[in-house]
Amino acid sequence: MTGARRERRAPTGSAANPERLYVLTGGTEAAERAALDLVTLIVARGEAPPTAPPEQAALLRMCATPLSVAELSAYLNLPFSVVTVLLTELLAARLVEARAPVVRSALPDRTLLEAVMHGLQQL
Amino acid sequence: MDFNSSDTLAGPRREDVLPATAASAVKVVIVGGFGVGKTTMVGSVSEIRPLTTEETMTQAGIGIDDDYGSATKTATTVAMDFGRISITEQLVLYLFGTPGQERFWFLWNGLFEGALGAVVLVDTRRLEVSFDVIGRLEERGVPFVVAVNSFPGAPRYPVAELRAALDLPEEIPILHCDARRRASSRDVLLSLMRFLHSLSTAPS
Repeated sequence: MTGARRERRAPTGSAANPERLYVLTGGTEAAERAALDLVTLIVARGEAPPTAPPEQAALLRMCATPLSVAELSAYLNLPFSVVTVLLTELLAARLVEARAPVVRSALPDRTLLEAVMHGLQQL
Repeated sequence: MDFNSSDTLAGPRREDVLPATAASAVKVVIVGGFGVGKTTMVGSVSEIRPLTTEETMTQAGIGIDDDYGSATKTATTVAMDFGRISITEQLVLYLFGTPGQERFWFLWNGLFEGALGAVVLVDTRRLEVSFDVIGRLEERGVPFVVAVNSFPGAPRYPVAELRAALDLPEEIPILHCDARRRASSRDVLLSLMRFLHSLSTAPS
């Protein structure tokens, strides 16, 4: 080791962040977009209408079985926020269904953690 | 139809398709300094070939830029490698790791907020490159474990010495691993889950 020592920090919440970044959304305001996580699972519920733009048609084809927003972004080679804009329109048209992720809460869900541990032990 | 000959990516390979029963997903973020093996760890435990997602952000100039009356805006692309482990027919675990600059990860809304926890991967030859990211996790209250990636030729230090240098409390697990090995990377994730489980059972 180099002899450098770290000093512990206290929880402050995200408000302490001095940097301001803005996501490019192509004009769509954040409020108009659906709350989608990187790991929200998306499943197609219908066929693309003939008028659908090619990205939306490709997206619908891909999620015939569940796929996360992150995977859709990777396969479509589009930034995450652009995919969320496409998905917001598809969700409004009821062409896709979103299965929300399990997020960390103040107290982790023990049953969930036990399921993950069991699954990992099978690897 | 030969789908693979298409110019656009056809989507997941047949073996990478999730069952229709997949109902929910959880995520874990693997962090650490440049070159400590984050992407290696994602790749070694993932059931799919690791993929990359990205986000484009603009950073408005603040502070000194304001004195010149015109705030500068810089577009930054933040890339994130990720992999996947199917836990059950219903539950999927995603692992995110990134080769990019860590200060941007924390600005990616929801990446850490929704994660179950984080793995901090460290290299004992450059321990100090992990200091900032550990501090940021502490500030945000994101639970984490520390995994020391055993690089060939890197000196091994006792956990107590590492704990002192990293200024970590007793309860935070520190373990040695080889990020190239699937079983070793899996054990790191198991250690994180046990730690999260202990937090949920500990009297507050």
